[in-house]
Amino acid sequence: MTTTRLVIIGNGMAGLRTLEELLPLRPPGLSVTVFGAEDRPAYNRIQLSPVLAGEMDLDEVALRPASWYAEQGVTLHLDQTVVEVDRQHREVRCASGLRAGYDRLVLATGSLPFMPPLPGRELAGVMAYRDVADTQAMIAAAQAYRQAVVIGGGLLGLEAACGLARRGMAVTVVHLAPWLMERQLDRPAGALLAAALGRRGLHFALGAPTEALLGDAAGRVRAVRLKDGRELPASLVVVAAGIRPRTELAQAMGLQCDHGGRGGVRVTDTLQSVTDPRVYAVGECASHRGTAYGLVAPAYEQARVCANHLAGLGVARYPGSQTSTQLKVSGIALFSAGDFMGGEGCEEIVLDDPAAGVYRKLVLREGRLVGACLYGDTQDGPDLLRLIRAGTPVTTGRDALMFDPAGVLAAGTEASGAPPPTRPARLAAGTALDAHQALPA
Amino acid sequence: MTQTTTTRSTCPYCGVGCGVLIQTQAGRITGVQGDPDHPANLGRLCSKGSTLHLTAAEHVTRQTRLLQPLRRPQRGAEPVAVGWDAALDEAAQRLAALHQAHGPDAIGVYVSGQLLTEDYYVFNKLVKGLLGSNHIDTNSRLCMSSAVAGYKATLGADAPPCSYTDLALAQTVFITGSNMAWAHPILFRRLEDARRANPAQKWIVADPRRTETAAAAVEAGGLHLALRPGSDIALYHGLLHLLLWEGFANAAFIAEHTRGFDALKDRVRDFTPRRTAELTGLREEDLLTAARWFGGATPTLSLYCQGLNQSREGTAKNAALINLHLATGQIGLPGAGPFSLTGQPNAMGGREVGGLANLLSAHRDLANPEHRAEVARLWGVPEVPARPGLTAVEMFQAAADGQLKALWIACTNPAQSLPDQATVRRALERAEFVIVQEAFATTATAAYADLLLPATTWGEKDGTVTNSERRISRVRPALPAAGQARHDWAIAADLARRLARHIAPERVAMFDYPTPEAVWREHRESTRGRDLDITGLSYAMLEQNGPQQWPLREGQHQGTERLYEDGHFATPDGRARFADVPFLGLAEPVDADYPVSLLTGRLRDQWHGMSRTGTLARLFGHEGEPVVDLHPQTLSRLGLEEGALVRVVSRRGQLVLPARAQEGVAPDQAFIAMHWGQEVLGGATENGQALLGVNGLTTPAFCDRSKQPELKHCAVRLEPAALPWRLTAMAWLPATRALALRERLKRAMPDFGWMSLVPFGREPDAAATDPDAARVGLLLRAGAHRPVGEALLATLRQALALDQPDVLAYRDPQRPGQPAERLLRLGRDAGGHEHLQAFWVAGDASGEAWLRALLQADEALPLPGRSLLAPQAQRLLGQGATVRSPQVCTCFDVREDRITAQLAQCAGDPAQRLAQLQTALRCGTNCGSCLPTLRGLVQRVPAAVGLTPAKSSTATRS
Repeated sequence: MTTTRLVIIGNGMAGLRTLEELLPLRPPGLSVTVFGAEDRPAYNRIQLSPVLAGEMDLDEVALRPASWYAEQGVTLHLDQTVVEVDRQHREVRCASGLRAGYDRLVLATGSLPFMPPLPGRELAGVMAYRDVADTQAMIAAAQAYRQAVVIGGGLLGLEAACGLARRGMAVTVVHLAPWLMERQLDRPAGALLAAALGRRGLHFALGAPTEALLGDAAGRVRAVRLKDGRELPASLVVVAAGIRPRTELAQAMGLQCDHGGRGGVRVTDTLQSVTDPRVYAVGECASHRGTAYGLVAPAYEQARVCANHLAGLGVARYPGSQTSTQLKVSGIALFSAGDFMGGEGCEEIVLDDPAAGVYRKLVLREGRLVGACLYGDTQDGPDLLRLIRAGTPVTTGRDALMFDPAGVLAAGTEASGAPPPTRPARLAAGTALDAHQALPA
Repeated sequence: MTQTTTTRSTCPYCGVGCGVLIQTQAGRITGVQGDPDHPANLGRLCSKGSTLHLTAAEHVTRQTRLLQPLRRPQRGAEPVAVGWDAALDEAAQRLAALHQAHGPDAIGVYVSGQLLTEDYYVFNKLVKGLLGSNHIDTNSRLCMSSAVAGYKATLGADAPPCSYTDLALAQTVFITGSNMAWAHPILFRRLEDARRANPAQKWIVADPRRTETAAAAVEAGGLHLALRPGSDIALYHGLLHLLLWEGFANAAFIAEHTRGFDALKDRVRDFTPRRTAELTGLREEDLLTAARWFGGATPTLSLYCQGLNQSREGTAKNAALINLHLATGQIGLPGAGPFSLTGQPNAMGGREVGGLANLLSAHRDLANPEHRAEVARLWGVPEVPARPGLTAVEMFQAAADGQLKALWIACTNPAQSLPDQATVRRALERAEFVIVQEAFATTATAAYADLLLPATTWGEKDGTVTNSERRISRVRPALPAAGQARHDWAIAADLARRLARHIAPERVAMFDYPTPEAVWREHRESTRGRDLDITGLSYAMLEQNGPQQWPLREGQHQGTERLYEDGHFATPDGRARFADVPFLGLAEPVDADYPVSLLTGRLRDQWHGMSRTGTLARLFGHEGEPVVDLHPQTLSRLGLEEGALVRVVSRRGQLVLPARAQEGVAPDQAFIAMHWGQEVLGGATENGQALLGVNGLTTPAFCDRSKQPELKHCAVRLEPAALPWRLTAMAWLPATRALALRERLKRAMPDFGWMSLVPFGREPDAAATDPDAARVGLLLRAGAHRPVGEALLATLRQALALDQPDVLAYRDPQRPGQPAERLLRLGRDAGGHEHLQAFWVAGDASGEAWLRALLQADEALPLPGRSLLAPQAQRLLGQGATVRSPQVCTCFDVREDRITAQLAQCAGDPAQRLAQLQTALRCGTNCGSCLPTLRGLVQRVPAAVGLTPAKSSTATRS
């Protein structure tokens, strides 16, 4: 019996899920080796925020203990950074000199925080927010210092800000866009979010480009200076200005990457790199049909297809994800999905209940629901996501879509006598920070 | 406790002329009661009269009254405050200049049957004794001039021969052209009492519509003659034919006291029952019954009003009715006679002083040189002009044609009440100088004034009025004038003196009156020897003995209850004249282009142009918004549901209104209340032509003798009004702001295809209640051909505080065919429960009806406010969340659904059941205006099966 050697580079959430999906399908003679750059086995990165906020302990975020890999007959190398892949000889080489040969290779290298080229970014007290080490550094800083600035009002930045505030710091979020989470929320929802977080003590500088980080004599950051001249005192600056797919290895291997590497490893619908069919890429490092997803749900969808293919079944295809964001930032309910910003050719239906802090926008194009943005009351999010996926024309009235999406779904089911049709191509994915949130089935 | 002062005065509404007791505390009117000693009402007041104190509340005054002289720098501009002297000097100069440049014919003065006799007297003297023309006319022209002409043509003088006491003495009551249950409620109460005391009293009601008056007749075994509009003369001639045929003619009376019977007899020979039935649309047997009752069940009293008067053959209609009384001798007897019910509180007084274009003081005639000389002598002028002046319709036509240069309008609202509003507006625009002397700043006419002069009104005025039964009452002030307002007579006298200095300095002293009583004494002297001689009367006597009927000649101590008891009429030979009048029919018969008869009439709880009643939300409880009443068949023929918008088009204009299904309106007819003017109802056609209220439709065609226009009828066409974009906005507001806000919102009317704006809710019963805490509401409904501009909507939302940050919103601006915007403003009560404070449903306005019901109910919301944004939320609300049941009793705010439910529990005969109902719900126990409706409901709603008559004492309470 021939042996097939599978190597997975990266022991994050995408790499682990690929493994988990694969194990039940594992064909005889498949050996699996996993390389992880961190010194601990894969953990739930999303739950670092509760850890930062003091709501969870670090050991609660672990996904699988090292023993599990052994039990599954998988070789796990921790604290090993792969620095080179020789596609000619199909061999992986680590900085430590460790090597492994492969027949199939999965790149699950994830992403790196994007650090804008700000003067002063090298100062002590300036950091990104990505991993356990960052989390621990922030917890420590919160004990020593009073004032923090978080640059970036996206998901991660706000979680960091909330966590630091929970730990007693005075936090200002500096955000380039005119409203928070502009990639997940429209302006009114962003405003509601800012108001809600404001009530929890967060301060905001919105539409505010940062000019420089200013240090003190000891080389520690002391303030953030904005382009408009304002100076925000800060002894801790967390930069959460987005992520970049981690592709330096892939580029070194000669794999085609989008946007000169900033866009991720270009993969097919079977998650194989377009350059080398032996090499796969999943998760945040992959660029599928031009999109590199920064959310966990698409990564899991990719993992499932990738595993199916690795198992030699070869039937699954990944068509891309309809992403949605449904998350709880310290108890604030948000949901957005699809093309929630609308625009040319789109129609928007909006419901606004300011006193209750509820906002709801639906976006239609050509009579079909294509996007939704909910704030405050996100109960209907899953149903709306189903309707977006189904893509059926809205026949039972736009009011029902807003006030009774479950009824519209049921009506659609009744009409067709079958579950609401999913367009064969597209799968659903949801959530970013809270992996335990129920995904729409 | 502050001391309460009581002032005896009269009600300023209809011609019944009820006495009121006004309570004041610390300079505020706090209550009103019927005067138990006043012979007209004996302590009763109707729904309108019993809420008078609320219309005089300080916050109403502040928001709606004209409180200082104002001057418009130019037409259309906001008027600016000016002092009295400056205002009157300017008026005097401009009038004098026009007088000098164009002569006396350049100036028209248009006054009102709501002025007091003293006011009227000074205006009349000003025009005829100073300006030197007869161009003074009054809104009584729209109201009573056919009655005047009818009486004069037959009985020789403008004098209703009967008294209210005759109601109880009559055996047959012929109510024709009058919905007195609504228009003269207190008289109707007296009539109901009469029938209760004498169940044999028969009522005949002639009216094209099944009005509440007609229904009340039918319910008690009477007769409703639903005659074809305008066929009154055919009916009367046909009845006379039958009276003669049935042997009810009083040959002796005809021979001794009348002239002209033979010619009339010849004429009515042709009005056989068959032909009369054809002409009137009535059944021959009903005609026969009516004739037998009229002639056989005597004494017979006829009660009539605008149904006869407002007609191009109004004089003939009046005369043809009087013919019946002369032919049967049913006049000058207790319980008998032709009794014209006056529309306005002092139309009679205006006629007495001769304040009309074709009359002279004290029922004198312009055409009579002796009469003119008498008046000239009385006033100390060389002569008074002989040529009749311009009557109301003619006056505005002359101004529209540019002949009349100045209009001085006092105490009336011609931009609401005159027919053919397009011409009226042209007149107001074309006139070089328009003075509006008014108590209220809110009238449509006020918008055209160059000069606005603030006048006193009810509660402040001082003088006398004469009611329908010739009874003169004192009107007394309970308060000083509001703001800088002055009495109408004082304004007229002051302006007359200033004017005289320019045009006739020797006549300045003619207008030196220290008090209204001084004016009145001069008037009294003018009546000496006339039919209405009141030389025996004085203010002191009115003070001591109360209201008195004329004539009351020098030496007499009591007025005259009934005229012509001796068979001597006010003609030169003492004989009454039969009027041989042809039957012409309608001024504007229906035809293929305009196939529907539009009828107009009053509502129960509103008065005229509503400048006063319209200030009270509670008076919109009975009829909540302007509608057109159509028969259900008419609606289905138009393919419309009830509530759909209908465009009513006449040859002169058009109007858009929601349709209401009414079985009481015949299928080829439509009914619109006369009250709905631009103050509450507006809009514009697609080419920008403003809709001018109900009288934008009506015809100016008038009776050639009385000059009274045919306001009651015109031919119209009905079309579905395609105004797909709709807005309903409704808000509870502090009573201290609501009326002012309404004035602001009104300005948006021309921007819509249709807009109605009315108050709703219920002011607290006591005027003293803290007005800051009291709330009333505004209901704004509008429609447009296409979505309305955001800038306009933004101002409306802002006005209703529906643009505030806490407003709940549901917006679907690109909804195919119709954008939709739904807004809710919620508030919390003391218990923390959410209430609906305001809503806005624009574009696709579905679900507005249940939202209206929910807001008006003002109860804790059964659902989170957010779910009410759904147009279909009605099904979540369940029972009771549909349209509100109509209000029946205004005094106690009792709705039909409660009455119906209660009646199922009431057993016994109708009187017992009514009494039980009244005990249980209190409805109909105060003003009684709703009693006819209650009786109708008692008839229609049976007691629950198995219910036995109540044994309790309540059953016998009435």
